[in-house]
Amino acid sequence: MSQVTNILLCGVGGQGVLLASEVLALVAAEEKAEVKQTEVHGVAQRGGSVVSHLRFGDKVYSPTVRTGTGDILVAFERLEAVRYGHYVKPGGLMLINDVEVMPGQIGDYKPYPSGIIEFLGNKGFALQSIPATAKAKELGNPRVSSLIILGALSAHLDLSAKAWEAVIKRRIPAKLLDVNLKAFQAGVEIGKSMAQAAAAGA
Amino acid sequence: MTLPSPGQRILMAGNNAIAQGAYEAGVYFASGYPGTPSTEVLEIISQYSDIRAQWGANEKVAFDEAMGVAMSGKRALCSMKYVGLNVAADSFMVFPFAGTVGGFVVISADDPGMYSSQNEQDNRYFARLAQVPMIEPSDPQEAKDYLKLAFELSEQFSTPVLYRTSMRVSHSKGMVTVGERTESVSDKKFVKDVPNWVVPIFAKSLRAKLDAKIARITEFVESYPYNRIEDGSGKIGIITSGASYTYAKEIFPDAPVFKLALTYPLPKQKILDFCAQHEQVYVIEELEPFMEEQIRAWGVGNIVGKDRLPRTGEFSADVLAKAFFEEEPVTDFAGEFDIIARPPQLCPGCPHRGAYLALKKAGVLVTGDIGCYTLGALPPLGAMHTSFCMGASIGNAFGFEIGGTEKVAAVIGDSTFIHGGIPPLIDVVYNGGNTTTLILDNRTTGMTGHQEHPATGLTLKGQEAPRLDLVGLVKAIGVEHVQVADPFNQKEMYASVKEALDHNGPSVIITNRPCIFARGEKTRPKTPYVINEDKCTQCGACQRIGCPGVLPGEQPRIDEVTCTGCSLCAQACKFDAIGLKGDA
Ligand SMILES: Cc1ncc(C[n+]2csc(CCOP(=O)(O)OP(=O)(O)O)c2C)c(N)n1
Ligand code: SF4
Ligand code: SF4
Repeated sequence: MSQVTNILLCGVGGQGVLLASEVLALVAAEEKAEVKQTEVHGVAQRGGSVVSHLRFGDKVYSPTVRTGTGDILVAFERLEAVRYGHYVKPGGLMLINDVEVMPGQIGDYKPYPSGIIEFLGNKGFALQSIPATAKAKELGNPRVSSLIILGALSAHLDLSAKAWEAVIKRRIPAKLLDVNLKAFQAGVEIGKSMAQAAAAGA
Repeated sequence: MTLPSPGQRILMAGNNAIAQGAYEAGVYFASGYPGTPSTEVLEIISQYSDIRAQWGANEKVAFDEAMGVAMSGKRALCSMKYVGLNVAADSFMVFPFAGTVGGFVVISADDPGMYSSQNEQDNRYFARLAQVPMIEPSDPQEAKDYLKLAFELSEQFSTPVLYRTSMRVSHSKGMVTVGERTESVSDKKFVKDVPNWVVPIFAKSLRAKLDAKIARITEFVESYPYNRIEDGSGKIGIITSGASYTYAKEIFPDAPVFKLALTYPLPKQKILDFCAQHEQVYVIEELEPFMEEQIRAWGVGNIVGKDRLPRTGEFSADVLAKAFFEEEPVTDFAGEFDIIARPPQLCPGCPHRGAYLALKKAGVLVTGDIGCYTLGALPPLGAMHTSFCMGASIGNAFGFEIGGTEKVAAVIGDSTFIHGGIPPLIDVVYNGGNTTTLILDNRTTGMTGHQEHPATGLTLKGQEAPRLDLVGLVKAIGVEHVQVADPFNQKEMYASVKEALDHNGPSVIITNRPCIFARGEKTRPKTPYVINEDKCTQCGACQRIGCPGVLPGEQPRIDEVTCTGCSLCAQACKFDAIGLKGDA
C-alpha cells in the first residue's frame, strides 16, 4: 500500500489545536493527493482534552490514525502527550510544547503529574521539547504559540515552505499576519536546530 | 461567502460538503434544529444566498416546514441530530403515505460512540420502519455527491429520502471536487387531491400504494450504479457502507467489496449473487446488524457480522483488526501513568453555576434537561438529579410531585424550553401542579456551539427577528408566580428559589445572564477577581463552586486569564478574601 503520513495534534480546548490542524491539513491539501483530518468536537465548554487526527498520502481511506502507527504526535500541552502517546509508533516522534495546564478537577485533588518527559523517553519515543510560550512572549504575542509549534513540525514534513506560507496568508487575518509569519519562521528554526541536534546524536 | 469555482478541489468537512451538495442540487429551502454532529450543515447552508434556510423551534416543526415546501414542488432539506428524528418521527412516518412533489431529503446524523449524545441509536431502522429509501455517504466527496442522488431518487419515486451520516462522516475533512448549482428543473406543482393528501381518511388505500412504491424501488435498486462492487482477490468478500467502508479498506485493501450507497431497500438479488460468489462474506456495519439481519433472513449462511464485530461504539481500523485478526490495539498508558482526566465543566463565568448554587442550598430534588446546564449534575455542584432528553424536565418534575416528592424543581435551558418545554408547562398549570421551573435563559443554544433561537432575537441568517418574550409567554400559559432572577447575585437568586418553592401553585424563574460566548459577550472587557492570600484561610469554599478559574491546590488561586469576573467565588468566600483585581 502507498505511504501515508499519520499525525496527531493534541492539547487542551482553547490552545489552538483545531486551528493548527486546519492549517496543516490545508497545507497538505496543496501538495498531496489526499488528506483526511478529523477531530471530535461539539462540546461547547472550554478546557477539555482535544485531539485531531491527520493523514495524508496518495490514497487515504480512514480519517482516524490506528494506535501504534502515528509518525508524529504534536502535544500543545504536556499531559496530553501521555494521554495520546499510545497512538505513536515505536520510536516515533513527539513534539511537546513546554506548557502545563492543570486539569479542572471534580473529585479529589491531584497535583499535576511530574516525570512526563522521563516516562515517554523511557518508552523509547524520540522527544523534542518546544519552548513555544517563551518564544511567543519574545515575539510580543502569547497567542502565536500554535504557529511556532507548526513551524517546528514543518521541519519534519515534506511540505514546501511555499505551501505553508500560502495557507498562513490565506487563513490568518491581515492584521495578525506579520507576527504569525514571524512565529512560524521562529518555529522552523527551533525545529531545524533540534533535528540537527538529534542527527548529531546529542 | 465566496463560492468555490466549479471543478476546484478543496478540503471540506462532511457537513460542509453536504451544504455544498445542497447548493449544487438546487435546494430551495433548508431547515433544522441544532444537534451534534449535524449542526454545521444548516449553519453553512445559511451562507449560500440562493437557499432560504432557517432554524425551526424543534425538529418536528422544522420537518413540517420542509415538508410543506416540498409539497409545493420545490426541493427541500431538513437536517438534524439522530435524536431529532425521534421528535420528528410522527411526520416522518406518515409523510411517505402521501409521497412528495418536490425532492425532500431528511439528514439524520448518528453518533456511534456517543461522543456528544445521550444514547446510541441506529437510525437506519427508521428508513425501514417508515418505508423510506436511505442513502449513506462514507466521506466528504460522497457526502456532497450523494445528496444530489438523494434528491433525484426522491423526485423519481415521489418519496422522502433519509440521508444518514455519522459523526465521523460529518466531522471529517477530505478533498472534494465541487460543481455548479443546477436549479431544480421539476415543474411539478401541488394538485389538490384529498385522497392523496388527507392521509388519515385515506390511510388504508395509501398504505397499499406505499407498499407498491417500495416494491418498485426495491426493483430499481437492483441496477442502482452507486451500489458498486470493487473487484479484488481472495475468497472473502465484504459488504459495507458509510464510514465502515473506510475502515474496511484499510484492513482488507485487496478484498472484493460490495459498497452500498443506497442501504434501504437492499438490492437482494445482487447481494445473494455476491454472497454466492465468495466463500465467506463479512458484513461490516457500525452499530446494529441492520443489513446483516436482512441478509440472514434471505437464508444466506456464509456471512460473518456481529458474531465477531461489536454492536456498540464507533468502528475504526483497530476495531476491525481486533475482530478479524485478533490483533489487539495498543492500549493507552493509563495503567502505568496517572493521566488525570479533563472532565467537561461549566465555563468560568457560566451563569448556570449561579442557578445551581442556589438550588443546591435549597436542597431540592432537581429534574434536569439537556444542554450545557446538564453539567450541574456533576460534583462539586451536584444539583441536578435526573436528565434524559429534551423537554423531559418539566413533565418529570410534575410526575415526581404527583408521586409524592414534596419539593421538586425542573431546570431547562432557553432553547430546550422553546423546543419541548411549553406543552408540559401548560400541563402543570392545567392539571393543578405546584412545580417550580427554572428557565436558564443564557440567550443562546450553548451546548451545540451557540446558535440563535426565537428568544435571541436573531435568525439563522443573522437577521433581526421579533424576540420571543419568555415572561409574557409563561404568564399567558397561566403561571402566576413568575420571577426574573440574576444568577450572579446569590442572595437574590436563592431568595427567588425559596419563594418559588414555597409558593402554592406553579412557579417559574427565568435567569437573566448570558452565556460567556453569547453574541456581544465575547468581546466585553472583563476584570478578573483575585484572592488576597493574607485574608484567605484556605477553607476551600471558593473551590467548591466548580469554576475552572479557581485553581485547585491547597492555596486557592484565580487564573487571571480564564476568570470572567462573575463574582460567584467572591460571594462564596466568608472571609472577604476575594475581590476585583486592583481593590482586593
Ligand atoms: C431532540 C434533540 N435535539 C437536539 C439535541 C442537541 N442538543 C443538546 S443540548 C441542546 C440545546 C441546548 O441549549 P439550551 O437549552 O439553551 O441550553 P444551554 O446549552 O445553552 O445551556 C441541543 C439542541 C438533542 N440532544 N436532542
Ligand atoms: S458555553 Fe455558555 S452556557 Fe455553556 S458552559 Fe460555557 S458559559 Fe455556560
Ligand atoms: S469571579 Fe470567580 S467564579 Fe467567577 S469566573 Fe472568576 S474565578 Fe470563576
